[in-house]
Amino acid sequence: MHEYSIVQALLDQVEAVAARNGGGTVHHIYVKLGDLAGVDSDLLQTAYETFRTGSGCDGACLTIERVPPRWVCPVCDLSLTTGAILRCSNCDEPARLAAGDEILLQRIEMEVP
Amino acid sequence: MCQDCGCGDPDVVPIDVQHRILAKNDATASHNREHFTDDGILCVNLMGSPGAGKTAVLEATARACGDARRFAALAGDLATDHDAERLRVAGIRSRAITTGQACHLDAALVHRSLHHFDLGGVDYLFIENVGNLVCPAVYDLGQAVNVVALSVTEGEDKPLKYPTMFQKADLVLLTKTDLLRHLPHVKVEKIYDALARVMPEPNVLALSSLDDAGLAEWLAWLEARRAELQVPELA
Repeated sequence: MHEYSIVQALLDQVEAVAARNGGGTVHHIYVKLGDLAGVDSDLLQTAYETFRTGSGCDGACLTIERVPPRWVCPVCDLSLTTGAILRCSNCDEPARLAAGDEILLQRIEMEVP
Repeated sequence: MCQDCGCGDPDVVPIDVQHRILAKNDATASHNREHFTDDGILCVNLMGSPGAGKTAVLEATARACGDARRFAALAGDLATDHDAERLRVAGIRSRAITTGQACHLDAALVHRSLHHFDLGGVDYLFIENVGNLVCPAVYDLGQAVNVVALSVTEGEDKPLKYPTMFQKADLVLLTKTDLLRHLPHVKVEKIYDALARVMPEPNVLALSSLDDAGLAEWLAWLEARRAELQVPELA
């Protein structure tokens, strides 16, 4: 259940960002999570609900935007279907993962003085 | 302060961040990687299910190399130092990382272990990760290469069920191939097909730690990766 360690890293990062911006109350946290990141979004949400109590994010909602994998040919930019052989049918080039493995803190909404 | 009505409420504003949540782990991993590269050590993050044959591969590797190369290993497990002890018996300088309840190693755990581990004269450091096909794939440890051990008994569609692990692999070791003669229903080509659907460049070596089949190719692959290291004084 590595989602708990991800949440700990998320809380540390949000608290640092909040402190740099005046230390006001954080209202909302927006995270972008790729389906190939190896992190389960439901478990991440559950872990967040558990760990936010008593942290600087106690009253903040977490919104997770899931990003499906996007495989593309690096030569002709053809999109490949997930689950297909990951080689371009036009160029025979190995596909490149253009999106879908990110674990990003996108932005927060917080009170500023 | 609210500028609209003079109510005195603070404004709630969006702050754009766009940071990788695991940035701290990644920074520690980069620090580990610098140490390994500076010392000319190829660090291999060896992952796979519990029982995939990770420890047996390392034992066979040390046996096949004899004194030609010097190996060290960090062996991650939830409990016991059994794997580290097996590796020591095989001639590999080893240290256990006992994680308690944690299902994976992270860069800080590796870094702390290195403070108590003499890597002088070592050519290869294997980090035998906690047996698990999910969590270890998420954490950069500072390795030069990711290797995943997948045994022939685990199911042909395992790569499709755990795509992240295999997508991050530089090499998949298909282990326990000596068992294939007892497993007529297991079709190796199906495993290769599944890998090609999660790895753009599926790089697979079939290997048996029991009869050493495929071991020469595995050693050659390791040597080639070590030759690619950009060691500062040689660069």
